[in-house]
Formats: sequence, structure tokens, C-alpha cells
Amino acid sequence: MQTIGRPVPRKEGRDKVTGQARYVDDLIFPEMLYGATVRSAVARGRIKKISFEGNIPWDEFTIVTAKDIPGENCVALILLDQPYLADEFINHPEEPILLLAHPDKHLLEEARRNVQLEIEPLPAIFTLEDSLNRKEIIWGEDNLFKSYKVEKGNVDEVWQSADFIIEGEYETGAQEQLYIENNGVIAIASPEDGVTVWGSMQCPYYVHKALLKLFGLPEDKIRVVQVETGGGFGGKEEYPSMIAGHAALLSWKSGRPVKIVYDRAEDMASTTKRHPSWTKHRTAVSRDGKLLGMEIDFVIDGGAYATLSAVVLSRGTIHAAGPYSCPNVRIKSRAVATNAPPHGEERFAESNKTSRQKKGMGFASFMHGAGFTGSGEKYLESVVGAEATADGRVRILAASTEIGQGTNTIFAQIAAEALRLDYDSIEVAKPDTGAVPNSGPTVASRTCMIVGKLVESAVLGLKQTLSGSGLLKENYTQEDFRQACRSYIEQHGALKSYSKYKAPPGINWDDEKYEGDAYGAYAWAVYVAEVTIDTVTYEARVDDFVAVQEVGKVIHPILAAGQIEGGVAQAIGYTLFENVVWKDGRMINNQMTNYIIPTAADIPPIRVFFEENPYAYGPAGAKGIGELPMDGAAPAILNAIENATGASINHIPLMPESLIEALGGESG
Amino acid sequence: MGWETEYEGFLAMLDEADSELLATEGAGSEEIKAFLSEDGEARRRFLKQALIAGGGVAAANLLLSYRLNLFAQTVESMASRSSSTVESAVTIPITLRVNGKTHALNLEPQVTLLDAIRERTGLTGSKKGCDRGQCGACTVLADGHRINSCLALAAAYDGVEITTIEGLANGDQLHPLQEAFIKHDGFQCGYCTPGQIMSAAGLLKEGCPTGMGVRECMSGNICRCGAYNGIVAAIEEVRGRQA
Repeated sequence: MQTIGRPVPRKEGRDKVTGQARYVDDLIFPEMLYGATVRSAVARGRIKKISFEGNIPWDEFTIVTAKDIPGENCVALILLDQPYLADEFINHPEEPILLLAHPDKHLLEEARRNVQLEIEPLPAIFTLEDSLNRKEIIWGEDNLFKSYKVEKGNVDEVWQSADFIIEGEYETGAQEQLYIENNGVIAIASPEDGVTVWGSMQCPYYVHKALLKLFGLPEDKIRVVQVETGGGFGGKEEYPSMIAGHAALLSWKSGRPVKIVYDRAEDMASTTKRHPSWTKHRTAVSRDGKLLGMEIDFVIDGGAYATLSAVVLSRGTIHAAGPYSCPNVRIKSRAVATNAPPHGEERFAESNKTSRQKKGMGFASFMHGAGFTGSGEKYLESVVGAEATADGRVRILAASTEIGQGTNTIFAQIAAEALRLDYDSIEVAKPDTGAVPNSGPTVASRTCMIVGKLVESAVLGLKQTLSGSGLLKENYTQEDFRQACRSYIEQHGALKSYSKYKAPPGINWDDEKYEGDAYGAYAWAVYVAEVTIDTVTYEARVDDFVAVQEVGKVIHPILAAGQIEGGVAQAIGYTLFENVVWKDGRMINNQMTNYIIPTAADIPPIRVFFEENPYAYGPAGAKGIGELPMDGAAPAILNAIENATGASINHIPLMPESLIEALGGESG
Repeated sequence: MGWETEYEGFLAMLDEADSELLATEGAGSEEIKAFLSEDGEARRRFLKQALIAGGGVAAANLLLSYRLNLFAQTVESMASRSSSTVESAVTIPITLRVNGKTHALNLEPQVTLLDAIRERTGLTGSKKGCDRGQCGACTVLADGHRINSCLALAAAYDGVEITTIEGLANGDQLHPLQEAFIKHDGFQCGYCTPGQIMSAAGLLKEGCPTGMGVRECMSGNICRCGAYNGIVAAIEEVRGRQA
């Protein structure tokens, strides 16, 4: 019974089309309070006084400040620099300062507006330039979260002998992930029973780790459960640790369940976005079209706290030279601090415009590494479990989340294929840190290739146990498997198997020297865009888009095409529409009417093709796919625009205003 | 602008209602007079919003009944307590008809149709993505027409037949659109999906205007997962079968 490569029905499909799927805002707990966050209004400063004004029955409210935190006041991630609640100093204009809870959410909003903050402003910085020039030191000793350097060959010598030297500076803007379901959680917390959180999230064990530190409780006293999640795109990687902590603190103090669900404006303004970036590329080329050398300076704006900037920077650094063979390379990269809300991960994108080396217009070739960068997978040590029941069903136990990309479906396919069972006899357990092992975060295009491989080996462990006990012969039917499971469970009580990540042979990374194999495998792609420029309005429209990629074996052709189509749609928005407008470190167009994302009318039929080249260490030969399509669309579209207009554009988003300027500049 | 003329007309009606109220109470209480005049500004704002949102006559009627209730409750509360603050929790009775079931509710007049459905009928399939009519996740049918339920006031839909995603299937038998969305993978995370499907159901009935494709006619429903190819294919398939 072959399931890999076939378009089996999505596991949660029926619930989603009938309105039965329950997201966090659909859940109501008895005696539940609603929570709200009082945030700073200034970008940098010192809290002088907090007062509670207005005609508000303040005695009915649960009020939490930094003083109420039972453990450590930091969101544990890579570094411990970001507080849950500012105690004295404020580092960005959306910094949480105080939390409120009340049964009436309308009164709650009224109350939130009546908390008066007296803040002494301190000088703040908002641009990469000011941060690099250390106009103010706002983080550490030098505003630098992280820097990397890659050296290969001798770049300094190539400039003399090069036939051509091409230089360019490229800028990309912030991008809001804009999942249609805003961030939300419900928490129940008490010193006796510990902390339980249900929420919309990508990485339950990130939240688990953060709550351990916030409450200073033992591991088994913290439980994090992912509920149906309405999109993530990297925006629900680390931010849920913040909102989960806030709801849990309010519950801890009030003794009642607390729900916090952001409204759209708060979610857009306060949560993480894609890092804005600046890149300088200097490339030496020979007359016969060979790349001789590249020197690249890559800087990203991390916002006020370190969050995941080091990881994002590392991926960017390794992808900066593109998929080309080049003997001499120097890459210098830095992640710097500004007084804006921290930027997090977003479905990764690398905009490396290549038209001057490649003659084809509206064309981009690129690659994307699957799995955590560098030694990431080695440190994560992800674990997946599989459990068989007496009626021959198999449950996959993993913390990898279904956020729309198809985790549940492909895990079931991989397991069904490995065991030669029906797809319907495989279930995927809900991610719940109380019930499933830590299979790592659902990020970095790692779920299919890395975690999927662990699913495969965990279920094969079930089979081995049954064969080893003499209960299952080599060629078995679904019914034989069921009988074997029943006999085994009758004798031994349970049938479980766990599998832990081990790097494939020959894959090594040196953290110190920053060299080696940063990823087990890469996905490769060539994208072609066709655009029309309206010469009156200067709007650019993508008329046709062809995406050809090699992602190893395709597990589910429709879901895989959906990942590519969706990524390209987001990338079209990133390139042409999505312009975050900042004022003093704050996003001021935080609504869907003035931060424009693509509708059905803005997206062409995206034509998706797969070249299948199975990867030996992926499940059934599969690699990663989720982030790949974000990388190629922007350069393909900008190259197509250059082909159409002659204007060479090096920054995105490309708004019509910029195109007018670019064209006016060239003709005048 | 049409609403401006309507607005002036309704204001005149309301002023008339106010003076009648004052007259029936014998124009006695200074507090009531003060209340009516203080309240005037808020009332004008509310009426204007309701008219711009397209509530029309229903909104004006609603406002009149709200005023009567508010007035009665104000008189009552003035009799029972000395405080000059007036509680805002004035409710009006409405009959919400959702998926063939009738719900008799007392709602504050500012409660949106979306909140009434989600919080008072137990049907949470309709989603709140923006609460501003910008994303379409809250789309429901009102007497067969698709509307953004977050922009509609529940009281303006008293007695109107509302259909939500939960009411689309016929028991276990999915609606052809639901089947087609599954077949063409017209969704990923599923959060915009109830709105997409209800919007498509409305579209099937109204048809696309000449020169406009399904993509344009569905452009009020945003899908960030970018499942537009699947959404459009699903709708085209069901439309094709109907034609």
C-alpha cells in the first residue's frame, strides 16, 4: 500500500472545512479571566511612575508587574536579555510593562487605557547606520548581537586580475508574518499544580523552557499544549513564550484561568517581524563568465533584544554567496540592536539579485539548507516516539506542530509507508509537552527531513520489536500487524519506540572555525517571473510564475505544491506590497488596510514543478521545503522588472513611488 | 453621499423622540434633561457609524429602541441610586436565527454579529482575524448574501436568517464547496477557511459580474498561507458543475 507521493486527504481537513477545528480563541474555560498588556509608548527610557486613573473599579482587577514574577524575569531563548515585564528600563516602544486581567474584556480595554505611565525618555536609535556607528550604545558594549566571518581563498588578490567588478547594495524591509489567527494563549497556573498553557504556537518546547525559568519550577510542573494554530510563518516561533508567560503570571496571581488573545493592531505592532537587512556585494568576474571572487557585507536589524537574530544571521551568512562555485569568498555579517520591537524568524528569505551575472531576465537560481544551521541539529538532539495500540493503530509522538503546512499528514504517510500499513491507521498525537518527546522546533524547513526521518526510524522500531518477539513475519498484512500488536501488548503492557537524531555520516560543522557542512542537504530551485509594469500607476503585476525545484522525494504532491505556491505568494507581497512604516521604532501602519498583503486577485496561477532526486538520509528520500520559495521570488521579480523597464532596483519592498523615482532618475 | 441625508433625517426623528420622552415624563427631572443632552454626542457618533457601515433603517430603528430602553433604565437607576454615573449595560432583545435555530438574546446595541454568534450561540467556526472587515475570516451569509459579520451589528440582523460554516453541510454530507476545498487543498492553516467557503457560497449564488473572475470576486477574503490556487480551483469546479 503505497502512500508516499500520493495525494492522501489532509488529516485535519474535514474539521477545518466544517468549522469544527478549535483554535485558542474558540475555547472558554470556567471562571476564565481575560488578560491585557500595558506597553510602553516611548522607544527607550526609564519608568518613573505608574498610576491607575479613570473611573475604573481597580480593586476588581488582577494587576501583575515585574515584582510579581516568581522566578527569573527573562524570556529564556539563546540569551537571557529580554524581560517579560520591564522593571525599570525600556528598550522599545512596545515593551510590556504591566499586565491586567478581568472577567469583562470591554472593561479590561478601558482599564488598559487608564494606566498612566510616567517615563523619562532616553536617546534611542532606529537605523542600522546609527547602530553600527554606535551613536548610542543600547545593547551590550557595541550594539552587536552577533557577527560571523567566512573566508575562502584569497579575495584581496582577485580584484587586480578581474575583467569585471560588479558592486551593489541591496536592502530588504521588515515583513509582518500576518498569520490570520493572532497570537493567543490560555493559562492555568498555581504554586500547587504548576503551570499549564494551551496556545497557538510553532514550538511547544521553547515555551516550556521559557516558563521553567519564569516560574522556577521543575520540568514536570510545566505543561505546554499546542492547539490548532492559524498560521505561523516563523512569527509564532519564539513570541508565544512571551504571551504564554504573561497569561501564566496573571493566572498565578488571580488563581483563575486567563486568556490573552491579541487584536490585529497589537499583534502587528508588538510581535516579531522579518529582520530588515542591508547587503553590500562586490563580485569579480572573468570575461568567460566565471566568478573569481566575492566580498559580501551583510547586516540585519535585530531590534531591541537578541531573540533568534544569531540563528537568522548564521543562515543568511551561509546562503549569502548563493548556489555558485567561487574560489575566493569573504563574508562578513553582523546583527545589530535598535530600539524597535525585536525581530524574529520568518520563513527565511534570501534576496540575492543575480541578473548581472546571469543573462536571463526575470530569473533566479538559489538554494536553501534544510534543518537547523551549523551544529543546531546536534545540540537539539530531537526525539520522536511511536506507540502501537492493541487494535493495531500507530500513534506518532512528536512536538512538531501542524500549522497548516501538513505535518500530521506527511508524518502519517511516512509511518504508513515504512510499516506498509493503511494511511488511516496512523494518527499523530497533539503536541503536548506532558505527553510527547521534544522533536525540536517547527522551523528551518526541518520538520519533513529531520523529524520525518525520526518518525520513520521510530515506527520501524515498533516493527523490529514485533519481529524480534517472533510475533510478526517478514511479509505481513494489516491484520497480521494488528494481531501482533495485540499479543505484544497483552504480554508486555505497551509497545513504544523512540528514535533520537544522529547526524548523517560525513556531516560535520565546526562552530569555532565556522566551517564544514552547515546543513545535511540543500533544496535547489530556479524561478522565473513575468511582470507587467503599468506605466501610469507604476504598479508592478506578476502575470506568470514558474517555480522548478528539487526537494528530494516529494511526499505529498498537492501539499508540497501548496507550500511552494504559498511561499511564492508571500514573497510576491514581500517584494511588491508589504511596506512596514516605522515611526520612532514603532510600526504605524499596523492594520490590514495599510499594510497590504496579496489577495487572490494579486497572485498569478503559480506553476510548480518538482525534480525528484531522493536524498539518502531523508524519510523516503525527502528534504526540506517550507522556506525555499521565499528565497527566489524577489530576485526573479526584480530582474523581470529590470528587463521590462531598464531600472535596476536593489531594495524591496518596491513600491510604485520607488519605481517612479528609479525610472525618472535614469531618463532625466 | 446618501448616508448624510439619512443621518439628518434620523437625527430629526430621534430629537422628536427625545422631546416626546421628556413630555411623557412631565419634563420634570433636570437630571434626565442633562442626561439626554450629554448623551447626544455619543448617539450621533453611533448613528453615523451605523449608517456608514450600511445598517440603514435597521440601525435607526435599533437606535430608537435602544434610546427607549436606555431612557427607561436611566429613570429606574436614578430612582434606585444616587450615583450620577449611568451603567452602560443597556440591552435590547433580539432574535438571532443561525443555521435554522432561533436564539432569543438580550444584547448591548454595539455587539457585532460576529461576537453574538461566537459568544452567544456557541458556534465558533466564524473567525475573528482583524475585527475591522479587512480579512474576511468572519464571512457569513445573511439571507443568502455574504457579509463581514464583524462589521455588522447583531441587533440590525434581528430575525434575519444567518448561515455560518457549521450550517453549510447537510448533516454528515459535506457541501460541494467543502468537498472541493478538501480535494484541491484550498486551505492550509484553516483559519480563513470558514470565511473563504462562506464567501464562495455567496458568490455561487450572486455570480461573478461580467469581466470579473473568481479571483477578483474572492479578493475580500485573505489567505496568508497563499492557498489561492486551490481556493480558486475549488470554486471554479463547483461553479462549473452548477452551470
